[in-house]
Amino acid sequence: MATSATDEKPIIRVRGLTAGYGDVVLLDNVSFDVRRGEVFVILGGSGSGKSTLLKHMIGLLEPQSGSVAIDGDDIIAAEGDARRAILRKIGVMYQSGALFGSSTLAENVRLPLEEYTDLASDEIELIARMKLSLVGLAMFTGHLPAEISGGMQKRAAIARAMALDPMILFLDEPSAGLDPITSAELDALIKRLARNLDVTFVIVTHELPSIFSIADRVIMLDRRKKGIVAEGDPRRLREESTDPWVRQFFNREAEPAAA
Amino acid sequence: MAALAITDTTDGRLVLALSGRLDATTIRGVWGESRRAIAAAPNQRVVVDAANVDYCDGAGIALLVDLLQQRKAGDVQVANLKPAFETLLQQFDPQALDRDLDPPAPRRPAVEEIGVITAGMGEDLRQQIVFIGETAAALVYALLHPATIRWKDVWRICERVGADALPIVALISFLLGVILAFQSAIPMRKFGAEIFVADLIGLAMLRELAPLMTAILLAGRSGAAFAAEIGTMTVNQEVDALTTMGLDPVRFLVTPRIIAALLMTPLLTLFADLISLLGGALTLQSFSIPFVTFVHEVEGIVDFSDFMAGFVKSFVFAILIAGIGCLRGLQTTAGASAVGDAATRAVVSGIILLVVVDGVFAVLYFVLDI
Repeated sequence: MATSATDEKPIIRVRGLTAGYGDVVLLDNVSFDVRRGEVFVILGGSGSGKSTLLKHMIGLLEPQSGSVAIDGDDIIAAEGDARRAILRKIGVMYQSGALFGSSTLAENVRLPLEEYTDLASDEIELIARMKLSLVGLAMFTGHLPAEISGGMQKRAAIARAMALDPMILFLDEPSAGLDPITSAELDALIKRLARNLDVTFVIVTHELPSIFSIADRVIMLDRRKKGIVAEGDPRRLREESTDPWVRQFFNREAEPAAA
Repeated sequence: MAALAITDTTDGRLVLALSGRLDATTIRGVWGESRRAIAAAPNQRVVVDAANVDYCDGAGIALLVDLLQQRKAGDVQVANLKPAFETLLQQFDPQALDRDLDPPAPRRPAVEEIGVITAGMGEDLRQQIVFIGETAAALVYALLHPATIRWKDVWRICERVGADALPIVALISFLLGVILAFQSAIPMRKFGAEIFVADLIGLAMLRELAPLMTAILLAGRSGAAFAAEIGTMTVNQEVDALTTMGLDPVRFLVTPRIIAALLMTPLLTLFADLISLLGGALTLQSFSIPFVTFVHEVEGIVDFSDFMAGFVKSFVFAILIAGIGCLRGLQTTAGASAVGDAATRAVVSGIILLVVVDGVFAVLYFVLDI
C-alpha cells in the first residue's frame, strides 16, 4: 500500500560492488541498500562513477565483483525470462532521453505496453496519452522526438520509463537542461508517485534545489576514495557533516587551489 | 487479480464495483466488461465503486479515466477510491484527455502537394548548385595553398577508399571480364569469330564498363560511408562546432574526401581495366585462343585514346561520388533514421548521376570523334 515501511527488506541491495573499465577501478567494494518507496539520490563529482554505478544497478554492465539484487533477485546472474521479469520492475530514463527517433512520442510510450501487456490498442493509447500528459506533453503525442526540444525529449523519456508503472524508476540527470518551472513540476511528480504509488526512485543528479526538495536519502561518491564518502539525509549532511568535501559540495564552493 | 460486480440500485443507478488489484496485467478483462455494461445502460447514471480496490497504478487510473469519459461530465462517478489513488486520478481531466490535443496535420489538396514537392526539388537543386560552388572554391583554394589541406585525413581516407576497396573491385571486374567473354564467345563461335571477343572486351571494358563499375562500387562503398559519417557528425552537432569555431566544414570535411577520391578512383579504374582483361583472356583460353593472340588483338583495336576516354571519366566520377556523399551527409536533419536516409540518398543519387554523366560523355566522345 501507499505507506512505506523502512524496516522491511530493501528493494535494491548492492553488495561488494567493484567496477571499472579495463584496469581502471572506479568503484571499489561499494555496498548500500535502497529502501522501498524512497527517493534515493546518487551524488558525486564528475568522474566519480555515478553513471557507472547506475549502469550496474540496471544490469547494463557486469561488475568485476559483487552483486546487485532488485527486489531480492540478482540482476547480474539472471538470464532469459527471469531477467525479463526483473527488467519489468524497473524503468530507466537515460541522460539523453534515448527516445526512438523514427517513432512518435505516443509510439515510444506504447512500445513497452504492447510488448508486456495484452491490453487493447485503444486502451494502450489512453494510457500512453495519460503518461505524456503527466509530464506536460499532451499536445505533442504525435510528434517525432526530433521535432521537440531537448527538455521535452527528457520528459517524454520519463513518460516512457513510467509506461509499465515500474516499482523502481532510475533517472539519469532528469532535470539537467530543464527550465526551473518544469524542473520543479518534475520534482512534484516524483514526490507524488513516490508517496502515492510506493514507487522507488534512484536518481543521479547535481541539482541542489531538487536534491533538498525530493531526496529522502543520498549517497555521495568520490573519485579519490573510489566509493561512498557520505550517506544519509541531504539536509542533515549539509548541516552536520564533518567531511570538508561533502560540505563543499552542498555549499557549492570551489575546490581550494592547493588541494 | 481484479474483479467486477455489476448491480442496479433501487434509485435506478448502475453500480460497477471494482475490487482487487488494478494494474496493466490484471485489468484486461474488467476494462472491456465495464465498458460494455455502461454502453448497455445508456439511460442510467453510473457509479464506479472503488472501495475494495487494494492497489491501483497508472494503468488502473487509465481504466477509471476511460470509464469517466464514456458519458458526458457528471454522469459517471468514481466513489470510495482510497485517497492515495484519488490524488493520482485528480491529475487528469477526462474531458480534456478525450480531445485529441495533437491532431495530425490535415492533408493538402493534390495541386498543393505537387507544388510543395516541386518546390522541394527546386530547393534541393539550389543546394546542390551552392554546394558545387562552395566545393569548387574550396578545391581551387586547396590547389593554390596545398599546405592548408589536411593531408593526414586525406591519407586515412585514401586507405579506406582505395586500398580497402581493392579486393571487391578485383573480384567484380574479373567476373565481369569472364562473363562478358563467355556470353559473347558462344554466339560468335557459330561464325568462327571468337577472336573478335578480344576486341569487344578491350573496347567495352576500357572505354565504358571498368570506369563505370568501379565508380558504382565506390558510390555504394565510399559514397554511403561519407554520407553516414558526416551525417552522424551533423546529428551530433560536430559540424555546428566546426562552424562556430570559424572553420569551414567544406574545407575540413569535403575537401579531403574529394582529394582522396580523386587520387584513388583513377587508380582503381586502371586496376579494374587490367583485371577484367585478364578475366576475358582466361575465358578465351577455353575457346582455344592463346594469351598472346588475345594481347595482340587487343593491342590492334584499342588505342591510347580509348584508354584515356575511360580514364578521364574516372576523375569526374570521383568528384561526383565524393561530392554527393558529402552533400547528403551535410543535409542530414536529425535522428538515427536521418543518417540512414542520407546514406541511401547518397547511393541512389550517386548512381543516377554516374549513369547520366556517362551518357553525356558518350555523346561528347561521339561528337569529338574520340
